[in-house]
Amino acid sequence: MEEDNHHDGEAQGVKICDPPSGSNPSADNLATSLSLLGNHMFPDQVVRSDSGIIKRDRDENVHLSDATAEEPSQDPEPPSDPEPKVETDDTQNPECEKESAQLTDGGTEGAAMDNGQSDSGEFVVTVLAKAKLEEQGLGVKGRSSPLLEAGIQESPAFISHRDEDVTADSWRQHRKHVFVLSEAGKPIYSRYGSEEALSSTMGVMMALVSFVQSSDNIIRSVYSDGHTVVFLQKGPLVLVCVSSSRQSEQQLRGELLYVYYQIISMLTQASISRIFEHKKNYDLRRLLAGSEKILDGLLNLVDSDPSFLLAAVHCLPLTSSLRDSLSQILQKAITPNLVFSILIAKNQLLTIIQEKTVIEDTRLEPADVHLLLNLIGASSAFQAGEIWTPICLPLFNPDCYFYAYISYLDPPECTVCLLLLSTDKEAFYAVAECKRKIEEAMVAQNSLSLIAKAQSYSVSQVGVSDLRHFMYKPFDVPDNYRQLTQFTSPEMEAPYSSEEEKMRLLDLYRYMHSRIHSTSRPLKLIYHVAERETLLAWVTSKFELYTCFSPLVTKTCAITAITKLLRWIKKEEDRLFIRYPAKYSTTPNPSKSSKGGKSDQQDSTDNGFLSLL
Amino acid sequence: MSLRELKVCLLGDTGVGKSSIVWRFVEDSFDPNINPTIGASFMTKTVQYQNELHKFLIWDTAGQERFRALAPMYYRGSAAAIIVYDITKEDSFQTLKNWVKELRQHGPPNIVVAIAGNKCDLTDAREVPEKDAKDYADSIHAIFVETSAKNAININEVFIEISKRIPVVEATGASSGKGFKLGRQASESRRTCC
Repeated sequence: MEEDNHHDGEAQGVKICDPPSGSNPSADNLATSLSLLGNHMFPDQVVRSDSGIIKRDRDENVHLSDATAEEPSQDPEPPSDPEPKVETDDTQNPECEKESAQLTDGGTEGAAMDNGQSDSGEFVVTVLAKAKLEEQGLGVKGRSSPLLEAGIQESPAFISHRDEDVTADSWRQHRKHVFVLSEAGKPIYSRYGSEEALSSTMGVMMALVSFVQSSDNIIRSVYSDGHTVVFLQKGPLVLVCVSSSRQSEQQLRGELLYVYYQIISMLTQASISRIFEHKKNYDLRRLLAGSEKILDGLLNLVDSDPSFLLAAVHCLPLTSSLRDSLSQILQKAITPNLVFSILIAKNQLLTIIQEKTVIEDTRLEPADVHLLLNLIGASSAFQAGEIWTPICLPLFNPDCYFYAYISYLDPPECTVCLLLLSTDKEAFYAVAECKRKIEEAMVAQNSLSLIAKAQSYSVSQVGVSDLRHFMYKPFDVPDNYRQLTQFTSPEMEAPYSSEEEKMRLLDLYRYMHSRIHSTSRPLKLIYHVAERETLLAWVTSKFELYTCFSPLVTKTCAITAITKLLRWIKKEEDRLFIRYPAKYSTTPNPSKSSKGGKSDQQDSTDNGFLSLL
Repeated sequence: MSLRELKVCLLGDTGVGKSSIVWRFVEDSFDPNINPTIGASFMTKTVQYQNELHKFLIWDTAGQERFRALAPMYYRGSAAAIIVYDITKEDSFQTLKNWVKELRQHGPPNIVVAIAGNKCDLTDAREVPEKDAKDYADSIHAIFVETSAKNAININEVFIEISKRIPVVEATGASSGKGFKLGRQASESRRTCC
């Protein structure tokens, strides 16, 4: 159980990435910044990095920073280590992986727990109380699992909280805050509350980032009792996550990266860099105005949809004959410069067709698909008319726009959505014509009513009694090479029907995932007996599997069950996955295109258009 | 009865009600919690005007600044532009004037401009006097109406006015085959962008 120890060791600390130069951050100032932030977020903090230990007692800290006006009112500090520490760590590691300047609160997690800290960090006080509750769970070998408290935490609110009072307790109690700011410290986005009201908080965050930066370091994370703060710097943007979800730092950073990518998908990396090169204190909210909903939607999805955790897409189970016929319909409706045709139902993928040269050259990353699905799901704007909008696929190319044609095929229900991506800004009418052909073909084949019948499956179909839920991500689907990474998972059913319980199961999966993918000690197989269920996660060269069983299952039973499950998936894989991704060729070929150098369908599609090329 | 296709684009600040106007015109419905348009939304509606059918090809553009650069794509080749402002927001009226300038400089030469002061049901919160807007519209020879997408006031009228103002001569060119028209439009756009 070394991971657990490791986890505890890191439970409170600032991780600072420490390039070779690594001069000691002058402890006074860092402490000042931290305690400043503390006023908003944490109880007073201590910093540790490696090359020496500078001890400093709390009162001194308070003197150093006028802003930390609040003295510890009652502070029964653990006798072991009453003073906050500023420790600087100069292990020369250019990788910056494990270097950490740690910020401890005068003791281990456990000690802090007994403290009953009621001092400066108002934000955390409430959260500390929560942290105490964590100890309830029964972890493996009697250790407490950091995730077991998840069930008693509030589930994230699924509505936008733009007008929230940022001084209220309810604001502090949100499970996961996300802030985006510019290098000049200007607020760009906050998940809860208005950016204006948070400008000073964000200013302090930026101060912290730039302070650590000034000594050639990069701040990575801050750990306090109940919260993990993760920083991510991408170009001129700084993203900060303050989470009490107990997810690993790696996972939280991954989520911040999604937020960054979603911003890129709207503005492109190139234009963001250009803007801030010209004007350091530009207010990026001007360009993101009206798009907050998309970021809100993304964060809700990240919390509730395991696709993001697994970095794989989930497609709607469909008989292979129906999926093939849909693919063929898309394959036939093409026009020059069309590169991706995507059919979505109930926010899940039905089929996806790529341009031939595109698929040979590269492949669509799951993250790009997630961003597209989120964009469509987050706004009802697509339900009216046919949409034509520039969109960047950040993993495909962060600096260029595609032009997306988005239209629902079944108004007014709006469950089946067609997404056609072209590289040609002017191609709207040609692409819209493709949609008409797709619509006609679908009517002819009665596809819509067949799609309407398609639905996710129940775990009971697997026929394994103790199995409650699973997530299976194969690496060996035929043609998987250069194919979209997918996973399959049944509906979450009782006892995971309420939002809280769903979140609790997802948190358990997140915990298993973080153990499997731990950078310090990755695991292949975990059998985890939790309080109300037993989980087994297993990763091989062929798949990654997470299973959830009833609590009374035995190890032997679980292993037998997994064998059965794998056999069932093998049998059903044609239905569960997009197996043979179809391709088409639409590459414009100037010399030939107008002279019937392409397929017949094209020529009829856009008579007037082809001659232009 | 002959069919004419009229490309119309809606321009104006974010949140003034462009999509609501189109929604009211096309679907005759109103959603108070409409989401901001992303990119631009294309809708059509055919109405009878005298002895012709006018098929409006409506480009409802997003008012947000990040889509501003795309506007030429939509107003290029348009027979008419409806520039919308919010009578309760002075700023949106200033934005409107910028749109008029931009159309003058880069828009099609004979484009019919209609100015719509939307949200005229919110008279209590009015910031732009009707007379000011009317005078401005007259000075640029634009159609002027105050509208309310919510209460369905003057929405159809805007489009009827546009039908009236479209020069009859164009009818001969535009009423030929549909496929041809698409191609021709695109070729125009090609030329302008080169």
